[in-house]
Amino acid sequence: MTATVERSWASRLDWVKLAPWLCTAGLFIFWEIAVWIFDVPYYILPSPTRIAHAAWEFGPGLWRNSLQTLWTTLAGFGLAIVFGLALGLFIGWDKRIYAGLYPLMIGFNSIPKVAVVPILVLWFGAGWVPAVLTAFLISFFPIVVNVATGLATIEPEMEDVLRALGAKKMDIMTKVGIPRSLPYFFGSLKVAITLAFIGSVLSETIAANSGVGHMMLTAQANFEVPLVFACLIALAIEGIGMYALMAWVEMRMTGWAHRSGFNR
Amino acid sequence: MAFVDIQNVALRYKPQGSDEGTLAVEHLDLSVERGEFVAVVGPSGCGKSSLMKLATGLNFPTDGRVTVAGNDVSGPVAIAGMAFQNPVMLPWRLTRDNVLLPLEVVEPHRRSFRSNKKAYQEKAEKLLASVGLEGAGSKFPWQLSGGMQQRASLCRALIHEPELLMLDEPFGALDAFTREELWCVIRDLHASKGFTTILVTHDLREAVFLADRVYVMSARPGKIIVDRHVPLERPRPIEVTYEKEFSDIVQELRGHIADARQ
Ligand SMILES: Nc1ncnc2c1ncn2[C@@H]1O[C@H](COP(=O)(O)OP(=O)(O)OP(=O)(O)O)[C@@H](O)[C@H]1O
Ligand SMILES: [Mg+2]
Repeated sequence: MTATVERSWASRLDWVKLAPWLCTAGLFIFWEIAVWIFDVPYYILPSPTRIAHAAWEFGPGLWRNSLQTLWTTLAGFGLAIVFGLALGLFIGWDKRIYAGLYPLMIGFNSIPKVAVVPILVLWFGAGWVPAVLTAFLISFFPIVVNVATGLATIEPEMEDVLRALGAKKMDIMTKVGIPRSLPYFFGSLKVAITLAFIGSVLSETIAANSGVGHMMLTAQANFEVPLVFACLIALAIEGIGMYALMAWVEMRMTGWAHRSGFNR
Repeated sequence: MAFVDIQNVALRYKPQGSDEGTLAVEHLDLSVERGEFVAVVGPSGCGKSSLMKLATGLNFPTDGRVTVAGNDVSGPVAIAGMAFQNPVMLPWRLTRDNVLLPLEVVEPHRRSFRSNKKAYQEKAEKLLASVGLEGAGSKFPWQLSGGMQQRASLCRALIHEPELLMLDEPFGALDAFTREELWCVIRDLHASKGFTTILVTHDLREAVFLADRVYVMSARPGKIIVDRHVPLERPRPIEVTYEKEFSDIVQELRGHIADARQ
């Protein structure tokens, strides 16, 4: 009797929805217990409760710096969207432009961005400008590549159908190319926002006077190890939030591209 | 002069900046009268699709002359409609809006498209109904079967009432039953609207059933080696395909193709 009741109780829960929360909670519990059992000193690996305490103690500063990082990231990301779209459309416009600029883009993208930050600091001084620019530089590449690829892979038959009717390049782009590259574009936003975030934090840890990256660096210098970890977790939360937002935007904007039901 | 006239045409695909390249067709002569239904058959790679591109102004001859409706082809021929083996529908548009796509592009419709949208939509639904797709217009193309998509693709080729219909292996990917159904759809559309049709196909029965005239092309570089008139009376019921006269013509053409592949 009790067995059937239990089963219906368990089957009413949506395990897929619960899974991420359970896994996260599990990780922290495991972490807490491990620190406690092996008696790890807090300046090596602080326990989650200790980190939470630090986060509480430095709450206002952590909040302010998180907002700063968020702002920097979004500014860089916004620039990346504008320029990435424009450059992607330009590159995808014509096979020759695509062929000419693609290797340059690859070359540019393979420069480690850490190496660029000092140059940006040299040009713009320490502060938020290099952070925004690093976020921009690191995140616009996937947008460009995805938009250009969407345009460059129009089915030749579709192009023939339209061209035979006297369609101009502009018609083909607006009717087929651009709508076609939108799922690629929105798909790339998820990747781009994560990269923008990495870029801004990277620049903040090198040369800035605010932001979570800067706060981490200061905390480390003061040997406030729990605060360093609190900063890390704040970054993780922000990263997840932005990724989730972009994934949601992608689903909303390009439902037709997810028609296979494979991901459902 | 014939409606479509191709005289001694050669077409060479040149890679950028070189004079070498693939000679797709050479010494190609072909003429199609107004309202005629012509089928082109030939071994794979002999230049049949190239022929379609020449006749619609998507490619220009390296040598020779192509005229359509009395004019030299110097750019895309907007009086043509095209359908291919791959129906290539745009997945973000409803089937009806896919069918309407040519009207958003071709003159003079593109000017009046926005103001007359309702009338155009009704026209599209009517055309869809005439190929057996009632009510499918408000579905997305990926919600249709392959055969239904191919019907919709035919509608897209016909929506601007072209004088010339170009079909490049339109039924190649369909099963035998669907294919025969679509033969009848094309036959009836051709009978009622009277457009000139050029059909490229690998299926000799399809060619003989539909066409007034079958051209056989040689292996690459392609040229016409046989011009076979099909004397079967119209309208042709599908049963005609079981008659001796029909299979004799198919056999004869099969022999020519076998020779062409040597
Ligand atoms: N865009 C192109 N660039 C270079 N060569 C091409 C191009 N299109 C076709 N060819 C070549 O021209 C020749 C004829 O091609 P085409 O597509 O016209 O043949 P086809 O008769 O339609 O073949 P199939 O029956 O297989 O469809 C082939 O050898 C092909 O490789
Ligand atoms: Mg072909």
